[in-house]
Amino acid sequence: MQFPSRRRKFITNSQTELYGHPLQFYGQPPLENICLTEFEAFAVDRLKLLKTIENLGVSYVKLSDLYKKKLDSESKALNFPYRPDADDRKPQAGPSEYEKRRKDHISHFILRLAYCQTEDLRRWFIQQEVDLFRYRFNELYPPQKLEFLHRNNLQYDTISAEEKKPLRDKLVNSSYTVSGITVEEQDFYKVPFQDALDLVRTRKVYLKAGYVYIPHQDIVTIVLNDFRTRLSKALALTARSLPAVHSDERLQPLLNHLSHAYVGQDYSIQKNVGKISLDQIDSLSGKSFPLCMRQLHQSLRENHHLRHGGRMQYGLFLKGIGLSLEQALQFWRSEFIRGKVDADKFDKAYAYSVRHMFGKEGKRTDYTPYSCMKVILSNPPSQGDHHGCPFRHSEPELLKQKLQVYKVSPSGISQILELVKGMHVQLACQKYFELTHNIEEANFSLNHPNQYFIESQKALGGGKDVKRETDAPHKSQENPAAKGSGAAGESAANTSQGLAEMTEELDSYFQDA
Amino acid sequence: MSSPNYDSACLPDLLPLYYRRLFPFSQYYRWLNYGGVQKNYFQNREFSFTLKDDIYVRYQSFSTQAELEKEMLKMNPYKIDIGAIYSHRPNQHNTVKSGTFHALEKELVFDIDMTDYDDVRSCCSAADICCKCWILMTIAIRILDRALRDDFGFQQLLWVYSGRRGVHCWVCDEAARKLSVAARSAVAEYLSLVKGGDETVKKVVLTDPIHPFIRESLTLVERYFPRYALQEQDILGCKESVDKVLALMPEDVRKELQQDFQNEKKPENRWKLVKDQAKRKQGTSKKGQYFEKEIMLQYCYPRLDVNVSKGVNHLLKSPFSVHPKTGRISVPMDLKELETFDPFAVPTISQICEELDRPRTGEDEEKSEDAKEKENEKDAAERRKIRDYKRTSLAKYVKYFDQFLDGLARSWKGELLKKSDLQKDF
Repeated sequence: MQFPSRRRKFITNSQTELYGHPLQFYGQPPLENICLTEFEAFAVDRLKLLKTIENLGVSYVKLSDLYKKKLDSESKALNFPYRPDADDRKPQAGPSEYEKRRKDHISHFILRLAYCQTEDLRRWFIQQEVDLFRYRFNELYPPQKLEFLHRNNLQYDTISAEEKKPLRDKLVNSSYTVSGITVEEQDFYKVPFQDALDLVRTRKVYLKAGYVYIPHQDIVTIVLNDFRTRLSKALALTARSLPAVHSDERLQPLLNHLSHAYVGQDYSIQKNVGKISLDQIDSLSGKSFPLCMRQLHQSLRENHHLRHGGRMQYGLFLKGIGLSLEQALQFWRSEFIRGKVDADKFDKAYAYSVRHMFGKEGKRTDYTPYSCMKVILSNPPSQGDHHGCPFRHSEPELLKQKLQVYKVSPSGISQILELVKGMHVQLACQKYFELTHNIEEANFSLNHPNQYFIESQKALGGGKDVKRETDAPHKSQENPAAKGSGAAGESAANTSQGLAEMTEELDSYFQDA
Repeated sequence: MSSPNYDSACLPDLLPLYYRRLFPFSQYYRWLNYGGVQKNYFQNREFSFTLKDDIYVRYQSFSTQAELEKEMLKMNPYKIDIGAIYSHRPNQHNTVKSGTFHALEKELVFDIDMTDYDDVRSCCSAADICCKCWILMTIAIRILDRALRDDFGFQQLLWVYSGRRGVHCWVCDEAARKLSVAARSAVAEYLSLVKGGDETVKKVVLTDPIHPFIRESLTLVERYFPRYALQEQDILGCKESVDKVLALMPEDVRKELQQDFQNEKKPENRWKLVKDQAKRKQGTSKKGQYFEKEIMLQYCYPRLDVNVSKGVNHLLKSPFSVHPKTGRISVPMDLKELETFDPFAVPTISQICEELDRPRTGEDEEKSEDAKEKENEKDAAERRKIRDYKRTSLAKYVKYFDQFLDGLARSWKGELLKKSDLQKDF
């Protein structure tokens, strides 16, 4: 308990400098020594924060009032900085602002170690850190934003009044934040479009000859782009020095476990392989499939075809509930050959992709079923597609009709549509579950189509089989950590006990999440 | 839409002839080598071939034009796809350490396919096209070509007819070739206005203020909408299609128009009624105020296959590849003649191979040339190939390709000068 006070004496000037602003670019790694317990605690807390950010991003519009409020309270609960005006000169309860900023700094760098190892992990980590940074930058007061740019040497070119004049109307029509009155006095930054992709993607900026003209309020986009680029480079560098870190037998199992925690359960290990027969699927699709899968199943039966996006989403789901490769091939072939595809064409053009899903072709990745997050956020359906999340990608009117066909009560339908309207798509799906299973309130938080299936089977009174299946993913989570500590040998016995405790804590956290 | 004089059974006999005497190898190499500005640019490029019986061979690569020619003559691919430039030679991808072989660069590409318009064209469906719906491709090219040039500042755009039911665009500027996956997807999303699958009725929603890009696109759509939608597709003619249009409007407007349409049958006048309603709506309410613009866009705006544009490693059918179903050659399109481009006039492989057998005109002139050519055997073969395609209807497309390459060459000439200057400094 004496650590904090003793450490403060050794703080170098540069470090005080580093924590002088509520936000930092994480340009310098922490140089102090910290104990293992603090190392663990910091890492776990930041992971919780990032996980919260990921969940909030699905349920709420980013930077909406509710989003910010939830993130405020989570930051507060975990002792991360959340009030830009906080200052240690003002008296406050709990840890000092300095402590919070230090925790923010150190925990960020610990997770860099855990999340630099694969492309997938890096992508996830960068996404959440960027969202966190966006929220924090947005919360800063205008002078603090300028100070931040200044401190980090961020300079961007503005356009002159002469250059602005002929573009006036276009600038006004390109952004919500610009009006005829403000355009004169506002600074506009001119940067290559590659540096402001978020604004280009959403058409919220004027684009001409490869350059975007960004009004001062939107400068966060360029700063974020800088942040993303630097973080991405830094992670690549960290990955290179990882072998040195891994030789530390105290850290390696810990880092491994941290990096496995982000996905939650992946529903890839099935003890039930082959326990479902193909003729059960029709009835199961009505009883226990989430709406997205029910919709895919129905359109497959109707059209005898699904496009690539649908085959992936539905195929991996079926794999997750226990179809074997042979069954899957039989399932897809028998349906496709009833349509325009003959058996020969199926074997040539489609069988490959089914085997691919099971890790038997190409780079031989054993693909895992898509989570709600993936279904909702990546690859939205376009013309001719039936995949995606019906609560997110269907029009409310069509969704309503569909629910009517599936005999959901009118009051239930309006409850669901209300949730959809508020962007709470996963809650809407959970409501659908409750209504179709006659359950007052489901005691789980839905984040995976395969979880829906398992919970449904449980609720419908499936016996031992189901129980076993819920155990399986749990075990898969512990595996990597167990393997890691085994390799580290007996000398790590002490830490592995601490690790086991943390493992439990983390697991229970992500089961709830 | 198989063409009258083409029979896919003849393909195995025609392909060797096409590759030996007609395929424009030297232009093809000139394109993909990009002036040799970057080392191994051609050598590390992935080609993939589809052979007889749908056998698919990926990760082909060639060190020289001669090697490419030799392999193509040997394998006679039914279809050729072009992929990315990789970190190593694609044909050796198994020999490098796993994880180090990855796609670095590729042209920014767009794929527009008529099947994606099935809900807004009544003349044909799926793989079929006719001159009525082909206007959709003309509109798509106009809109994208303008935006890629004016908004994104790209200049080297090669538009190619796919050989069946769509068009491709290859953006060949150096900056475009170097775009990241994220940047490609941002460009594609900037250009996408029609959103949603079969579960969405209203696929275009505009919000205030209307972005300059959308204004520009609307101006182009307005030029074609009356002819395409009102006359040729007759979307305000029969009840079924009228209902589809009405479904895209705010409820109050829909009811009024249903009444009005009872007394007015002429599509042009009906559309005028729609526009009048829209004008009134704009004065009164914010919600749904742009519905007539949204309808025009939903019926005419280009529908991109975003996934093709996003991936650096995504393969796309090569120009001058034959479409195995129609036999038509995938030819570059000259936008100066876009309005008169007729996909049914694009030559098939059978047609140009037949044209080769026609007696030559101006035989004498060529004889004297032939004498000179004997000095160098290889040269002679090369030149004969040049003359061979000139005797067929492929000539005008190769000529246009040449013009495109001349423009491209000007862009890398600067690069080369800079490089040689640098070398002299030392």
